[in-house]
Amino acid sequence: MKLAFDIALRFLKSSKGQTILIVLGIAIGVSVQIFIGSLITGLQKSLVDKTVGSASQITVSPKEDGDYILDPQAEIKTIKAANPAEIINLVAVTQGPAILKTSDQSTTIILRGFDWDAAQGIYKISDRMVKGELGTNENEVIIGQELSENLNVKIGDTIEMITPTGKMGQFLVTGYFDLQVKSLNESWVLTNADTAQIFLETGEGVSQIEMQVKDVFAADEIGMAVEKRLNDDNLVVTNWKEENAALLSGLSGQTASSLMIQVFVLISVVLGIASVLAISVVQKSRQIGILKAMGMHNPKASLVFLFQGFLLGILGAFVGIALGIGLSWSFATFVTNPDGSSLVPFYIDWVFIGVSAGIAVTASTLAALIPAIRVSKLDPMEVIKNG
Amino acid sequence: MDNFVVEVKGVSKVYGKTIKTVALHELNLGFKTGSFNAIIGESGSGKSTLLNIMGTLDRPTKGEVIINGVSTRNMSKGRLGDLRNETLGFVFQFHYLLPEFTALENVLMPYRIANGKADKHGQKRAKEILNLVGLEKVENNLATNMSGGQQQRTAIARALMNQPKIILADEPTGNLDSQTTDSIYQLFRKINQELGTTFIIITHDRRVAEKADRIVEILDGRISLDIVK
Repeated sequence: MKLAFDIALRFLKSSKGQTILIVLGIAIGVSVQIFIGSLITGLQKSLVDKTVGSASQITVSPKEDGDYILDPQAEIKTIKAANPAEIINLVAVTQGPAILKTSDQSTTIILRGFDWDAAQGIYKISDRMVKGELGTNENEVIIGQELSENLNVKIGDTIEMITPTGKMGQFLVTGYFDLQVKSLNESWVLTNADTAQIFLETGEGVSQIEMQVKDVFAADEIGMAVEKRLNDDNLVVTNWKEENAALLSGLSGQTASSLMIQVFVLISVVLGIASVLAISVVQKSRQIGILKAMGMHNPKASLVFLFQGFLLGILGAFVGIALGIGLSWSFATFVTNPDGSSLVPFYIDWVFIGVSAGIAVTASTLAALIPAIRVSKLDPMEVIKNG
Repeated sequence: MDNFVVEVKGVSKVYGKTIKTVALHELNLGFKTGSFNAIIGESGSGKSTLLNIMGTLDRPTKGEVIINGVSTRNMSKGRLGDLRNETLGFVFQFHYLLPEFTALENVLMPYRIANGKADKHGQKRAKEILNLVGLEKVENNLATNMSGGQQQRTAIARALMNQPKIILADEPTGNLDSQTTDSIYQLFRKINQELGTTFIIITHDRRVAEKADRIVEILDGRISLDIVK
């Protein structure tokens, strides 16, 4: 083993140009893999984060429209127990449609009321406030920035709302928010839990319980666990994945195409190594012939070339990781949105990088199999006869 | 039975399948332990084929080769490799040194094939042999950074490394000038006398052959002359 390794190392060292060329070939393959992989993963992460990062990922609501969850605190406890490690940011929401009237205009909105502290987890309202402050007192509300512009409502103004049942109420606007989704900014009016419950006449009940999960892609499984735990036919559990099927199929299409690119890069790397090593078998046939004449066994002689593939793979993987990270970093740093934030955030997944490096090393070693087989077939007589 | 270290019995070698070329015709030949032998003959007479068959690098079409009293006929490739490594030393017209390695490392190669590592004992022996062939000063030179004579002497040192019973040499001085040739043969003789190694040397230099204990001439695959001094 040691001798085969030493010979492999010496062969690689003695033809430096060739070695550098193969290492570069592998390195570029690995770096493209890491770059594309990180790019796609980063892109998907930011896309998913933008889509559901500030929204409910699993929602528990009554089966019948207009019904309420009557004991939200007990239900929240049950839900949390379904998967305490994954479920986070639980919040009970009381919501209902209403018509908002100013002195000269009116529009349909959705009034949503929740405990500001509990809602901070999902909606991060205090970070999203553009101006003013949260309405913590009775009949205080905050409205979206677009809505305020459309209706020309200012902080300190009083607005009037009418529920579908005809109940009317006066509310003080204490601030504007920007949830970065235009439709929500135009239609949501947010308030504290008590104000909503009184105005919408739900009593102690709430319209739905919203939550997020740590692993967003496991939302469907966790949703099922929640449903099982609740064991209540009057409640339905929905998750973001069923509501965003188009996005998910887009993401999986993207993953598949990036996988395709990676597979073809890998194949070209393997072919490159195999062909260069095959040539090097011819170049080194004198050495191999004499080693065999001196009694080196066929498997050992083959091992020399497997070791070369392995060493090239390791070197290439290391250089490739450095190149790939550098490439991802420059892409994140220099390719930016007009506001200066990076188009795709810099994202390093060491597990993915480790797997890419592992695949490169394995593929390089396997690519050396073809030349290794040729070596084991080489007859020392051929070399000695032909000089 | 004679005390033969190498013996060929009824060895024939035929090349080609459709058009058959017979290189050796049922040869019977034995070499005694510690003897110094020359094989002569014209190009294409079959002498190299005979040497390669005796060295187990080539297999005879018919007949068998007995080395150290053991028939090699049914040995696996691996077993033959071990046999070559332990009992035989080869010197060819071309030195076949590994250009990626130094003289010392080349000499150690057969030892490492057998033992894996170049331990102290191996290192010491390799240096002694390099001393014997007069190369102690260039032992750390790469094989490519030596003169033709030095390269061939390194190849001889390598052949001696595992203390083989037999050295098979195929025109070992074919590429060297007459002065170097002389010094190489003096070296062979010295090793033969000091270590008792059997030498079988192919040459077409009559002058060289005359210094051997025994001269075998091969003509068209047959022994045409066998002189023991």
